[in-house]
Amino acid sequence: MRERHVVGHNVRKVDGVALVTGGPVFTDDVRIPGMLYGKILPSPHAHAIVKHIHTAKARALAGVHAVLTYRDVPRVPHTTAGQAWPEPSPYDTYLLDSKMRFVGDRVAAVAAESRAIAEEALRLIDVEYDVLPAVIDMEQAMAPGAPVIHDEPDSTKIHDRSRNIAGYILREIGNVEEGFREADYIVEREYRTHRQQHTPLEPHITICWLDPNGRLVIRSSTQVPYHCRRQVAMILQMPVSRVHVIKPRIGGGFGGKQEMLLEDICGALTLASRRPVKMEYTREEEFYMARSRHPQILRMKMGVKRDGAVVASQLTVLATTGAYGSHANTVQGNTGSKVLPLYRAPHMRFECHVVYTNMPVAGAFRGYGCPQGFFAQESLVDEIAEQLGMDPVEFHLQNAIRLGDTDKLSAQLGEGREGLPRLVRSCGLPQCVEKAAAAIGWAEKRRVHNGPRPHLKRGVGMACTMQGSGIAGVDWASAFLKMNEDGSFFLQVGASDVGGGADTVLSQIAAEALGVTLDKIVIASGDTDTTPFDVGAYASSTTIISGGAVKKAAEKVLAQVLAVAAQLLETPVEKLGWGNNEVFTLCECRKAVNMTEIAMHAMYKEKFQIMDGASHFNTDSPPPFCATFAEVEVDTETGQVRVLHLATAVDPGVAVNPMQAEGQVEGAVTQGLGYALTEELLLDGAGRPLNPNFLDYKIFSAMDMPKLTTILVETDEPLGPFGAKSISEVPINGPAPAIANAIYNAVGVRIRKLPIRPEDVLHALGAQAEACATI
Amino acid sequence: MKMMDLRVTVNGRPRAWSIAPGELLLDVLRREGFFGVKRGCEQGECGACTVLVNGRAVNSCLMFAAQVEGCDVLTIEGLADNGKLHPIQEAFLDHGAAQCGFCTPGMILSAKALLDRNPHPTEAEVREAMAGNLCRCTGYLKPVEAVLAAAARVAEEVGP
Repeated sequence: MRERHVVGHNVRKVDGVALVTGGPVFTDDVRIPGMLYGKILPSPHAHAIVKHIHTAKARALAGVHAVLTYRDVPRVPHTTAGQAWPEPSPYDTYLLDSKMRFVGDRVAAVAAESRAIAEEALRLIDVEYDVLPAVIDMEQAMAPGAPVIHDEPDSTKIHDRSRNIAGYILREIGNVEEGFREADYIVEREYRTHRQQHTPLEPHITICWLDPNGRLVIRSSTQVPYHCRRQVAMILQMPVSRVHVIKPRIGGGFGGKQEMLLEDICGALTLASRRPVKMEYTREEEFYMARSRHPQILRMKMGVKRDGAVVASQLTVLATTGAYGSHANTVQGNTGSKVLPLYRAPHMRFECHVVYTNMPVAGAFRGYGCPQGFFAQESLVDEIAEQLGMDPVEFHLQNAIRLGDTDKLSAQLGEGREGLPRLVRSCGLPQCVEKAAAAIGWAEKRRVHNGPRPHLKRGVGMACTMQGSGIAGVDWASAFLKMNEDGSFFLQVGASDVGGGADTVLSQIAAEALGVTLDKIVIASGDTDTTPFDVGAYASSTTIISGGAVKKAAEKVLAQVLAVAAQLLETPVEKLGWGNNEVFTLCECRKAVNMTEIAMHAMYKEKFQIMDGASHFNTDSPPPFCATFAEVEVDTETGQVRVLHLATAVDPGVAVNPMQAEGQVEGAVTQGLGYALTEELLLDGAGRPLNPNFLDYKIFSAMDMPKLTTILVETDEPLGPFGAKSISEVPINGPAPAIANAIYNAVGVRIRKLPIRPEDVLHALGAQAEACATI
Repeated sequence: MKMMDLRVTVNGRPRAWSIAPGELLLDVLRREGFFGVKRGCEQGECGACTVLVNGRAVNSCLMFAAQVEGCDVLTIEGLADNGKLHPIQEAFLDHGAAQCGFCTPGMILSAKALLDRNPHPTEAEVREAMAGNLCRCTGYLKPVEAVLAAAARVAEEVGP
């Protein structure tokens, strides 16, 4: 193997200087003359029909340039999910509609010369609603007589609209009934998860304008510029070629921006006013008008033999997608396909109903169905190990999927359709478990529970998780490279760096493949006019899929570079080496030409530009693996849980930029920590948000954080560029179950509902004391 | 609307701006082109709009622009010295402390205010100083490490 000079090294982010100096690189950091401010009038009702809507007063207000209601725009059923065509999500959403399906649904939109005028115009819109009974409780959504949320006839791809079922999944490997008959022990439990919000520090924002040729330009905080272009073109009924989407730097996405949320309505206001329009969610709007994680009720049943071998596992899920089915089938599909196959059970069954409710809309969120599934599975496994008298570490090592295994459930459960089997070609899970266990001090701390004060009890818990790297057979990307006179290369990728550092990683891959230093790569990304197609930043796909395209393109360009160098050096290509910005002969005399000489010769003597592009996809989705170990301290007087230490070991394949990879782990773990303990978007009985702000919706601050230990266990993935898989999602899955298991280890109570609130712990401790007293 | 004059020093240069009486410092700074001042919540909860006013870190979304009359305001754009990055900025790059970069200006300025008054902070002091700057990407570990590394470097440069 060639020695690597760029891949595997901790290089600075290629966009880093602009970020640390506050350069004007985000969507909102532009001044556009004549720009208007767009605002949406949100529905105050969870379920209602707009009977009458009067906009005359709003239209008459000075400074108002457009007011749109459902009467003014085309009615095109679509999904806001930014997925590859044909999207597996139901087409159940409209640019504007006369029916309101959640508090925050779009009633109307205005564009005005200032934000204040736009807000005043919203107040002047007179709406008369016919308020309908709402479905607030997901367990009531399928009940006979429940209000039907999508009774409109033109929506498509809804599983059963009459029963509010957006999607239904049933998949089985082997025969679970037979499996349970073979089992010596069977444990079945119910788990409940809640609504977490992404809270990117930059809320969703879009600025649209018409360029001098009348094309619609959309500058937007999106993870999916190409999907967004296709969707907006469809909704606004214009050719794709008349839409230009620009993705600047993005202030965090986490899946929430894998969604066409403001681009369509902002584009419609621009077309109506013929003026540039900016729309930005306020923080409050971001909480309930953007997307959130699907709440689920999971019933999990597992059967094991006396020796600890898992023979059958069954997961039955009820999930709600809220008012619209964005990512409904695929997020929930992942809850089965990425979770159950962690264990080598010959019999597996996954069944899921995804129901509509009149609640905020769920969507893609880092982990994509896995945090829910792993909370159930890893909590259950901890109980089973205890019943068997086994250390959970031992149980995991005995049962977990390993090198050479094929995950057959993935073959049945693809992106909303049949998938492809997953073969494990690289697996560092045993080392992850071993190293994270050592970091937390597992062997000693498992037995000692006393904290610094008698009412403080300590414990440790663990969880193992996996994810994918791109969607097999669906995700694809392309890249283009062209060489400049100074021996540098323009790298053009459709991939969308949303803050995770994709531009840096892709530049590293190009530099490594071309044998040049990183400063010789100039990257442009995420612009539908100037970069080639890419599905976008989701499904942990960018490094492996977009990176695969970059590597292919670089290899094609390298062949051209070598051909020119061969002429200049009068040496056949086979006898040439390359690296450090030059090509040299492999003979003892070692003649060399540098990249500048090669570029100048090609351009001005041979009259051609060294350039080429490539596309790439995989038919498999190599799983990254993760072991999460938690140490907690439980206050038995208040129920307060304090996490003292989270140790996370991840197998990402080769880490292209280890420093950035660690950053991905630490960020994911922190979101997982919030998911476990504090973050829940609360709604009242009428579906209204109760805590849409950072004071009442608590994300962890620097002061609240436990000690974090991050360990990279590198393996070499044959399907990835330079051996890389993925890392950004998998670490978010572990904290909730690891913390729940640590709480059990500390105080002997099982919490099966997220987030784990002090009152729930205290209540469980009370019930435990009562049970003991009865005995 | 009746406008008012504001005289303020921003990043070392005196400015004379015409503002509306109720305008927020955040809005005025962004209008004047200081885009490093970020709008994250407008409620004083996230810290993305942090600037230094007379050396103290404040949420510019919670201040009227008129309140900085005669003050010395530092935004992230004014931190580097003629293109030479401040040690905190260098450390953020070397430690991978900036991911999406949206909270980064506020974090760096909070750290600068801390190091100016306490050149040798403990980790707990760094975490406390940055508690008002929410970050959704990093888990804070690398930013905290970066600030501690920058403190060590500044101490080295200044000498004992």
